[in-house]
This record gives sequence, C-alpha cells and structure tokens, in this order.
Amino acid sequence: MSALLEVAGLSKRFGGVQAVDSLSFAVEEGSILGLIGPNGAGKSTVFNLINGVIPPDEGRVRFRGADVTGAPPYRVARHGLARTNQIVQPFMTMTVLENCIVGACFGRENLPLSSARETAREAATLVGLEDRLETLASQLTIAGKKRLELARALAARPTLLLLDEVLAGLNPTEVERMIGTLRTIRARGVSILMIEHLMQAIMSLSDRIVVLNTGTKLAEGLPAEVAADPQVIEAYLGDPGLAGTLREAGR
Amino acid sequence: MRLVRRPFFWIIAAVIATFALAPTYGNNVELREGLLLATVYIILASNLNMMLGYAGYVNFGGIVFFGLGGYFCVWLMSAFGWPLVAATLTGGVAVSALALLFGLGILRLRGAYFALATVGVNEAVMAFVTNFGPWGGSTGIYLSPALFGPLGGPAKALWTIYYLLVGVMGLSLYLSYTVKSSKFGLGLLAIGQNEDAASVLGVPTPRYKAAVYSLSAFLPAIAGGLYFFKGAFIQPPDAFDLQLSTETIVIAMLGGQGTVTGPALGAYLYEELRGWLLTSPTFSNFQLVIAGGLLLVIVLFAPGGLMGLIYRRWPRLRRILE
Repeated sequence: MSALLEVAGLSKRFGGVQAVDSLSFAVEEGSILGLIGPNGAGKSTVFNLINGVIPPDEGRVRFRGADVTGAPPYRVARHGLARTNQIVQPFMTMTVLENCIVGACFGRENLPLSSARETAREAATLVGLEDRLETLASQLTIAGKKRLELARALAARPTLLLLDEVLAGLNPTEVERMIGTLRTIRARGVSILMIEHLMQAIMSLSDRIVVLNTGTKLAEGLPAEVAADPQVIEAYLGDPGLAGTLREAGR
Repeated sequence: MRLVRRPFFWIIAAVIATFALAPTYGNNVELREGLLLATVYIILASNLNMMLGYAGYVNFGGIVFFGLGGYFCVWLMSAFGWPLVAATLTGGVAVSALALLFGLGILRLRGAYFALATVGVNEAVMAFVTNFGPWGGSTGIYLSPALFGPLGGPAKALWTIYYLLVGVMGLSLYLSYTVKSSKFGLGLLAIGQNEDAASVLGVPTPRYKAAVYSLSAFLPAIAGGLYFFKGAFIQPPDAFDLQLSTETIVIAMLGGQGTVTGPALGAYLYEELRGWLLTSPTFSNFQLVIAGGLLLVIVLFAPGGLMGLIYRRWPRLRRILE
C-alpha cells in the first residue's frame, strides 16, 4: 500500500482564527479514512485546502505523487480527486443526467461529450438515480440532491473521493441506503476521505480515523483505538451523549 | 453532416432565407432598412447571450466590441484603402484579441462588480478613442463616397452590406447553437449556474470565461464594421452607445437568455416595437421607456423570457428550437 494523498504540515489562518494548524495525515490507496471532530474543528477547511478552493498558508498536499498545493480546484479535479459539498450545490436547472455529464466531461478522464453520457448514466445508476435521469435537479428531495452530489463526483471516475457529510440530513432508511452505496464505491477501488458526524456510520465504514480539534490532529488510528482515546472523549465532552455513542460504536 | 438532420439547422436556414428574400422582392428599401436593424440587434443579442445566458455574466458594455470593430474597419479602409471584407475581418480578429486581454483583467470579478467593470471598459475605450488622433478624436472618421465604388456604387453597396449582415446573423445563430451543444457550452452553462461547483468538478473556469468573452466579441465587431461602413461615418458617441448595450440586454432577456432562439425572437419583436413607436410624433426614443418596463416585467414574472414561457407550455419544443 502506498499513500494516495499526503498532507504535510498544512496550516490556514483566517484573521485571528487558526483554522488548521500544521496538520499531517495520509490516505492509503484503496482505503477509507474518516475525519471527525467537534463543530468548528476545521474539517471542511481541510477539504477546501486539499482540493484548492482556498490556498493553504503553509504545508504541502501531494496527490498521486504530484504536488498539488495551491493548485486551482479544476486542476486538482483533473488529477482524479472529486468531492461533494456539505451544502449540496447541484446545477438546479439542469437535469440529473446533465449534472452527471458535467462531472464526467471535466473529471479525471476528460471525456468528450459523446462518451460522457454513458459514464454519467452509470454513475447515476450506482447511486440509485437511474429512474430520475430527466428530472431537473431542483425538483429532487434533499436525499435525492445528496445522491446527485455523489453521482456527479463519481461520474468523474475519481481515484479519491472527498465526502463532506453525505449522510447529514438523511433519515435512517436513507442513511442505510447511502452506506450501502459507499461500500459499493469502495469495492470498485475508489479511495475515500470522509467527514461525518454520524458516529456509528463513520466508525463502521472507515479503515482509519483522524480526529481534529481546533485545527490540530488530536488522535489517529483504528476506529476502536480512537473511540477509546481519553483525549478524544474529552474533546467531545461538551456533548456527553456523543462521547457515549463514540465508545459504543468503538466496541 | 449531423447538423443537417437537426430541425434547428433548417430553422436558421429559413430565417436567413426570409431575411434575404423579403426585401429583395420588389426592391423594398424601407423593409430592408428595418430588417437591417433587426439583424444588428440579433447579432448583438445572440453573442451577448453566450456571456449572459450561458456563462451567467452580465456584460453591460458589450457595445464596445461593436464600436471598436466599426473603428478598425472604417480606419483601415479610409487610411490604408483596404477592401471591406479584409477590413471587417481584421477588425473582428483585433477586437477578439483585445477582448481576451480585457477579459483576463475583469473576469476575476463577479456579479454586479463584473457588470460595472464592463461599463468601465466601454467608457475607458470611448475616452481613449475621443483623444486618439489617428482615429479622428472626437470628430470621428468620415468615409469618402468613392469607397463605395468597388461595391458598384452606393445603392448597390447598401444591398451588399445588408446581405453580409444577414450572413453574419446566420453565423451568430449557428455559433450560438454550436457552442451550446458542445462540451465548452456545457462548461459555460455549469459556470452560469454555480461557478464554484463547476470549478470543483473540473471546469477550467478562468480559461472558459476568457474564451467566451473573446468569442462573443468577434461577430459583433464584424457587424460594427459593416454597420459603420454603411453610414460612412463613425464617431465615439455613436460607436460606444451604452443605450444600445442596455437594449441588447433587454432583447436577450425578453426572448429568453440561455436559449439559442430567444435572443433572435426578442430582437425581432423589439425592432418591430421600436419601429412602431418611432412613428409616434409625441415621443422620441419612447422605446426606452417600454424597454425599462419590459425588463421589470421579465425579471419579476418571467425570468426565462418568451422562450421560457413557450418551453414551459410545450416542453418538447426545447429539443427542436434549442
């Protein structure tokens, strides 16, 4: 196994707030790495730094052996890194299929329009939107839009998928379905780096977990190790219920 | 050619044929002048639409391309004796190149800031030209009537210019359609809907925006060359007339921004309305009052314009009319 994504000494300051502070971790090829932490820990900022939405103040991001630090998002996407947004951002007046075609056209394979259609259709099918291809994105439910967000990212045929809370806002049945979909995606050889608040889900999906608190890495390890770490429990202690859930999930 | 099988190709062909034949029949000069203005409106609106309707960038100063194209053409003809076609084409290329430079500068801005910057570009260019000696400064450039000679004298030249403008109009519609149905167009539409999301999905946004800004300058510049050659006179206030720029936006929105047919339909209707209102002796430029009202109504009640209403009523037409 080799590291697909390597983050070294990443830092970002917003005015007086040190959002991310010399953070380092790696995502191994074919694995799922979970990124957890209390609200405001800097998780989404880490994603933004990795895929170039905002440039880091310090540190390096290496993806598939290439230094992509500070590269614009569209160039990072071309390298084979796709991401979903915490707040869904579908192209509202395009259909589900058209949304996915954008993903396929401008993703890793840089497909021409003619063959992008088929790839887009496959991605939509993989997330269970195959009977919604001609529906306008604006007409989908929240769960549908989340699936579309994932399908669009998948249509790019990425090697690494950054998932920012794809389970948030879904009901238990939808969560189950989505977890199944994520397992399928992983089985197809796509590595995943995911942010999630649903502890049971992320603990059972991830191979390894990185815990972030106030922009620094608090702990890293197997899900069970992390869940038993007293420091991690303390970070969550503002919410004892959550700490309980963590321990529960770790067992 | 695959395009020939698309109904839209035949619609463009029919529109061009109608424009070309209607005034020719019976040598109807009055009709020709009305349609000539309509072709200019269609060319401007349909190229503006690639910025406004596809990429979602409001270009308030699009008229700068038209004016600069006019200046290049008139200047090359009067100062160096270039033939009309060479002068207009050179004007088109030069203005596209300039637009690329402007674009790289101002396309970092978004929304209202971009719109204001485009007005700034137009005003800056106008101020420059007003003080630029070789282009006649504030008095502009007059063309000698002798320049109409190679086209068979003034009367015949006016017909030639009209046919050329109809051709440029056809090219504008064709370009608009080709771009929309291409990968480039898909990227632009994605930018128009959500630029950040498009960038994350891999759309090279700066390159695409600069490309469409430059592309949308080419045919309007050529139309400007033909238009000001026809008048045999060009001066800054006519060339860089913001009023025409604003009217172009109304036209594109009236017809339906983002559609290929919409701007053409809007331009034709607007020109008809304008012609009708001009005959009223009470108001001069009353069409502007109507235009303002129209814009409000469109923005408030039918953001998709006429084509938006039509497509909502008959969704299947979307595949035919584009």
